[in-house]
Amino acid sequence: MLEARGLAKSFDGFQAVAGVSFTVPPGAISAIIGPNGAGKTTLFNLITGHLRPTAGRVIFKGRDVTGIAPHDLCRLGMGRSFQRTNIFPRLTVFQNVQAAFVSHRGRGWNLLASVERLYGQETEALLDAVGLLDKAGEVSGFLSHGGQKQLELGIALALEPEILLLDEPTAGMSAAETRDSIALIARLARERNLTLLFTEHDMEVVFSIAQTITVLHQGRVIAEGAPAEVRSDPEVRRVYLGERR
Amino acid sequence: MPWAVLVLLAAFGVPALGSRYYTFLANDVVVWALFATSLNLLVGYSGLVSFGHAAYFGVGAYTTGILMKKLGVGFLLAFPAAGLAAGLFALVFGFFCVRLTRIYFAMLTLAFAQIVWAICFKWNEVTGGEQGMPEIPYPGFDWVERVAAVVPWVGGYRTSDYFYFTCLVLVGACLWLLRRIVASPFGRMLTTIRENAERAEFIGVNVRRYELAAFVLAGAFAGLAGGLFGIFNRGVFPDFAYWTKSSEVLIMTLLGGMGTFWGPAVGALVLIWLNQQIVSYTQYWPLILGTILVLLLFVFPGGIVGALAGFGRRLGRWSARHA
Ligand SMILES: Nc1ncnc2c1ncn2[C@@H]1O[C@H](COP(=O)(O)OP(=O)(O)O)[C@@H](O)[C@H]1O
Ligand SMILES: [Mg+2]
Repeated sequence: MLEARGLAKSFDGFQAVAGVSFTVPPGAISAIIGPNGAGKTTLFNLITGHLRPTAGRVIFKGRDVTGIAPHDLCRLGMGRSFQRTNIFPRLTVFQNVQAAFVSHRGRGWNLLASVERLYGQETEALLDAVGLLDKAGEVSGFLSHGGQKQLELGIALALEPEILLLDEPTAGMSAAETRDSIALIARLARERNLTLLFTEHDMEVVFSIAQTITVLHQGRVIAEGAPAEVRSDPEVRRVYLGERR
Repeated sequence: MPWAVLVLLAAFGVPALGSRYYTFLANDVVVWALFATSLNLLVGYSGLVSFGHAAYFGVGAYTTGILMKKLGVGFLLAFPAAGLAAGLFALVFGFFCVRLTRIYFAMLTLAFAQIVWAICFKWNEVTGGEQGMPEIPYPGFDWVERVAAVVPWVGGYRTSDYFYFTCLVLVGACLWLLRRIVASPFGRMLTTIRENAERAEFIGVNVRRYELAAFVLAGAFAGLAGGLFGIFNRGVFPDFAYWTKSSEVLIMTLLGGMGTFWGPAVGALVLIWLNQQIVSYTQYWPLILGTILVLLLFVFPGGIVGALAGFGRRLGRWSARHA
């Protein structure tokens, strides 16, 4: 489904991502973990076309998509969410998700129809699925942090992606919120047949749902495999135990 | 919307008041209302601040003026031609402008506008240069007299009144169209760009292309406003494209409130009215204008309509509490 081949990115000589390769097979739930500053977000930005890699290729559904604009990748079926919440703050919750439907279904160039109830049912069904239906009319910028994260998920799902990239979907959440939100993501991925790739800095969060885990440290892959293998990997233990308590 | 229709109907009554001056002011407001609303498609809806919107106003004015005065083309062709020509200029300039963001975008729009102004100022053979082009003819209103021969209460107005009515109908139609556009799926895509261009890209919006489309539409409607203004003004002059015009229309938009559709039209009304009031008392109009601007930025960032809406909401809450 998705393959990274030797992806690298340097910012003014600083190697944030230094030759990362991995594959995500269709239907898989994979996680990229690593301490803060490991290069996870940068890696996502390279894959989604937000940044241009210094070296390496991105292969999506058998196609070389390196350097393609985000809006085109989105068309091809790649959806993403952001670590720092990224919504349309002065639009309502409903309008946020609706806009994604409008764009994705190619209705954005209609200048004369009324947008008001366009895809209303689909939007409400999706808001229901991510647990925001009762807040549909609220201005999204006023939602709680957790609510905005849910909304981001809703926006991403409206794009009917085949693969969904979530950058630290539980960042800034309490332990309880994290558990609920991971459960929600896992359920939605199963229901919708999504391939999922997400990042986390907290190892424990991912063990419950990820089938494969790639560990990133200082821009390099230091371990890869099933959760149990990764957990017992000495290098991983060193990095995590050494840097985080 | 119905009250917008009421305002339009009331505006038709202005010449009946019998004052040439009132009709003149009303006509000025109507044309500027379209100009300011066209700018709001960029500033208010797409989050693109243009400092050079007068370029398209000027192109429209010169197009209609040259066609009608020099080439004897009728108004029915010369008016839409203003929108078309301005839209084409906006397409070319916009192609470059949307590649830049924020202040760089604004500066480039300004630079292009100054180029347009310089051409109008210098190209004597076509634009009349510094002297401009006085005496743009009115559209022919003979047909009104023929209608009046059958329907008694129609005729009997001055030519300038007939032109005012024409402006009302055309500007009304343009505003109706703009209103549809901002409430359309396309309009919603523009607001996602205003809110968060990065996120908009990731919901599949080709940000640059939408911005360019908005730029062209805004330019075209500004051109139509310019086409009307040249005739109303009885002449077309280089300062139509000068940066002061761009800033005036921007101030109107901010004064009325860029967050709402009707804000810029209200801004046009208030600013023109204020100008008339104040000019008869003092010569310090620019000083007043600057003060208004400062007040706006610090006290009423939502403009008049935004402030009224906020006041309305508070009043609603207050009366709900005391009911
Ligand atoms: N635009 C940028 N310019 C310069 N350095 C950057 C930029 N983006 C990220 N970095 C650096 O790259 C490293 C990796 O960052 P990031 O990908 O955000 O890590 P993570 O998401 O794993 O916490 C960090 O040291 C960060 O400071
Ligand atoms: Mg990160």
